[in-house]
Amino acid sequence: MLSGPVIITVAFLYLCLLFAIAYYGDKRADQGRSLIANPSIYALSIAVYCTSWTFYGSVGRAASTGVDFLPIYLGPTLTFIAGWFVIRKIIRISKVNRTTSIADFIASRYGKSFQLGGLVTVIAVVGILPYISLQLKAISTSFSLLLHYPDIVMPTSSASAFFLQDTAFYVALFMAVFAILFGTRHIDASERHEGMVAAIAFESVVKLVAFLTVGLFVTFGVYGGLGDIFARVEASGALSRLFTIDGVAQHTSWITLTLLAMGAIVVLPRQFQVMVVENVDERHLKKAMWLFPLYLLLINIFVLPIAFAGLLMFPQGGVDADTFVLTVPMKQQQPLLALIAFIGGLSAATGMIIVETVALATMVSNDLVMPLLLRVGRLHLSERRDLPGILLTIRRVTIILVVLLGYAYVRLIGESYALVTIGLVSFAAAMQFVPAIIGGIYWKGATKAGAVAGLTGGFLVWIYTLLLPSFARSGWIAQSFIENGPLGLAALKPYALFGLAGLDPIAHATIWTMLVNVGLFVGISLVTSQSIIERSQAVQFVDIFKRSADHGRVWRGRATIGDLRQLLVRFMGEARANAAFARLEGVRGRRLYDQGPVDSEIVSYSERQLAGAIGAASARIMVASVLREEMHDIDEVVQILDEASQLVVYSRQLEQKSRELEAVTTDLRAANERLQELDRMKDDFVATVSHEVRTPLTSIRSFGEILRDNPDLSPDERQEFITIIVQESERLSRLINDILDLAKMEAGTSEWHMADVAPKAVIEQALAASAGLFPKTRHIAITSKIADDLPAIRADADRLTQVIVNLVSNAVKFCAEQDGWIRLEAWREAGFLRVDVTDNGLGIARHDQAKIFERFQQAGNTLTDKPQGTGLGLPICREILRRFGGDIWVESEPGKGATFSFRVPVAASSAETGAATVVAASA
Amino acid sequence: MQAQSRTRELLIALFLLGVLLLTPPLLIVFNQATRVFGVPTLYLYLFVVWAALIALVAFTIERRGAAEDLGEADTEAPGRESSPITGAASDA
Repeated sequence: MLSGPVIITVAFLYLCLLFAIAYYGDKRADQGRSLIANPSIYALSIAVYCTSWTFYGSVGRAASTGVDFLPIYLGPTLTFIAGWFVIRKIIRISKVNRTTSIADFIASRYGKSFQLGGLVTVIAVVGILPYISLQLKAISTSFSLLLHYPDIVMPTSSASAFFLQDTAFYVALFMAVFAILFGTRHIDASERHEGMVAAIAFESVVKLVAFLTVGLFVTFGVYGGLGDIFARVEASGALSRLFTIDGVAQHTSWITLTLLAMGAIVVLPRQFQVMVVENVDERHLKKAMWLFPLYLLLINIFVLPIAFAGLLMFPQGGVDADTFVLTVPMKQQQPLLALIAFIGGLSAATGMIIVETVALATMVSNDLVMPLLLRVGRLHLSERRDLPGILLTIRRVTIILVVLLGYAYVRLIGESYALVTIGLVSFAAAMQFVPAIIGGIYWKGATKAGAVAGLTGGFLVWIYTLLLPSFARSGWIAQSFIENGPLGLAALKPYALFGLAGLDPIAHATIWTMLVNVGLFVGISLVTSQSIIERSQAVQFVDIFKRSADHGRVWRGRATIGDLRQLLVRFMGEARANAAFARLEGVRGRRLYDQGPVDSEIVSYSERQLAGAIGAASARIMVASVLREEMHDIDEVVQILDEASQLVVYSRQLEQKSRELEAVTTDLRAANERLQELDRMKDDFVATVSHEVRTPLTSIRSFGEILRDNPDLSPDERQEFITIIVQESERLSRLINDILDLAKMEAGTSEWHMADVAPKAVIEQALAASAGLFPKTRHIAITSKIADDLPAIRADADRLTQVIVNLVSNAVKFCAEQDGWIRLEAWREAGFLRVDVTDNGLGIARHDQAKIFERFQQAGNTLTDKPQGTGLGLPICREILRRFGGDIWVESEPGKGATFSFRVPVAASSAETGAATVVAASA
Repeated sequence: MQAQSRTRELLIALFLLGVLLLTPPLLIVFNQATRVFGVPTLYLYLFVVWAALIALVAFTIERRGAAEDLGEADTEAPGRESSPITGAASDA
């Protein structure tokens, strides 16, 4: 009666029934009459914990090591007793943060870290692969066995067959499609999967009933009750060793298995999914706290009897103990019972695969792929509207990949492991999440760096002590890797690391991974510090029952509510986004207008809504993109700091500019003062010129009037007056000539006959010309000392003469009344011709020394003293000498005479090499 | 007032009791190759302890007043359990 088509039809009908239940569950959810809002359904859905491992594997385990299959169920019982404190806290945190997976939860706790979410996802996927492969192996084995009914033929090793002829391959494909239909059917695959949970709860009933049916039949149908079986076992002798556990190794194993199971019940991705993500009401946990352990107890009661029955029935071996649940009814010629067992096993496996792959797919899409895609700016993913479609595609592809990888693992490790051993490898991997989670919800000081280090370290040790050896056993790596350690290093033997020998590989790996994981997690957390967002998340997680979700939000606002609404619409669809905002309006009791500014409450609310769809890390990136630079994540803080430091540089530049400006202003002010001074001097000049011109004019006019009005003047008198008139006229014309001369020179219009001049001749000629200036009334001695080697200079000979005559006549005017003397010296001085004219006159006060080269400025008081000369001589000299490239100055002390000196550069043609540079420099 | 936190205390006590009873070294006491009522001693012991724990948890949770007790403890009486956590917060 059990032909292939019959089995397949029954299995297909069963899966259709599941699908119908899921469909009905979703329908009810849409109507708002949730099918799963019930604590018993909740407890049954958590029983997805019992997979093929429980259904087939426990019996196999019991048949080889006795009661030590039990810690896997005692551990969760203990966790659930403490569930009100631990699990409910995780549920509350997840509800507030709208967590979608275990990766999301850990990432969220440690600063919504994208890297950490990705790391957890990778560990989860790699770690869970053996677990999925276990289910595939169980289904294909049970199917093959049933196909040969009534013979009991152990399936040949699948590794030898081409994969297209391998039952497990088709089972894998079918499971993947089934999981896709279940978990990613909706466009809003984002939120909870009520239909799926309903189906899972139903499956839990099916597998329990199936197992109990088989158990009752074996115990009371085949044998005469529990006592009968155990008596026969005891009678058989050897098997009674399974009644007890022995030695340190088994005790250690017992403890580590308990610990593994205590952690796994919370941190396995599918447990987190049904227990936390799919939780409707956290009060449901209360009933689950005893109902779920009760379920575990019931499904385990007949494990040992079935195992012993199998051992008694197949004393010669040859039948895999993992198949006793199926082969014992087959042996008893009970096809219907065998079919029930098969369906029970199928329900156990499908439930696990569906929830596990959906949970993994959510993690992969929300915490690995989406954040990566969102970070690739080129894709402009944040602006696309078909994101739900992309999300679903990622999830579907992930499910197929995960199941096929699971299949690859089955083929790889082949028959070398029992079901429970394969599953425990996954438990040990999932265990790596426990320190980060428990530390995360009870210890505020736990840092992201610590979590990353702990997870990475633990995961690497897991790979080394469990995954690699399983490859070695299957022949991928040399067997000597296990027996002698890598490269023969005995200390590194993967099953006896650093000499920790004599333990079960799982216990051994658990000890080492936890040592490394917890050590790094705590150690690194203690020596690193938290970022702002990490800190606020830490406080929110640890103090979840004391604080509202919005505390510690680092945020400053500029975007509008409309921006956030649009974002939600893009990911969740119009209807659900508007509903979400309507709820918020209801809570706040006022309308939210699109133009309105967002506050931190709206931002975190939107982010949580979005997190339900795409995970916390992605949601954070998306909301940040809308708020534009308003979320302070570390990158951004760094960016802000960059900007600030640029500002500092800019302000430094400004400061420098303003300093330069100040300097320019000072110069300008000085120039202005100088200009005002010049202006004043021009006024003075005009006044002085008028004064200077009027003096001779006045005397000319006076004497002219005297001559006109007194025709009877004596000829002597007349002669005298006319002489005065002539002298004054001469003085006047000299004055006017000087003024014109200076004006021309200053305007640059006077004519210059520049030529190479031999100064000695010019000086001597000038001295001769000056001789006429010496008054007859005074005796003035004039001496000259002119060097013979005077160089030629580039000058206008007449002008040079004018300079010397001016200086000498000046000296004559001011030299002492008695015994006056004048000395002229001329010599060559480092590229210059230097001429000094010294007198022994009154000298010039220091404050007058610079002034006397200005026009009409004479030493002494011009108003009281009679002016001596025009006051233009020295300015003219200076103007001429500047034209020649030289300069003039005076050295004097009042009462001790004065020395006027000038120098003129030597002509280039006659200059020696040394002198030439000086000329060039001064030019 | 005293009864308010009883449920929590009972749960914690049951958890510790479970850990104590279901792991070595106490397990060794019942680790004997004999049978009681026809059932191996260790096997019987484990299932009896397990069943008793479940029954006690069920009784603790489902008895009258436990719901209010558990529910209130974290919404209206944060002061009681929060004091050590607050201390930790100021340390952190």
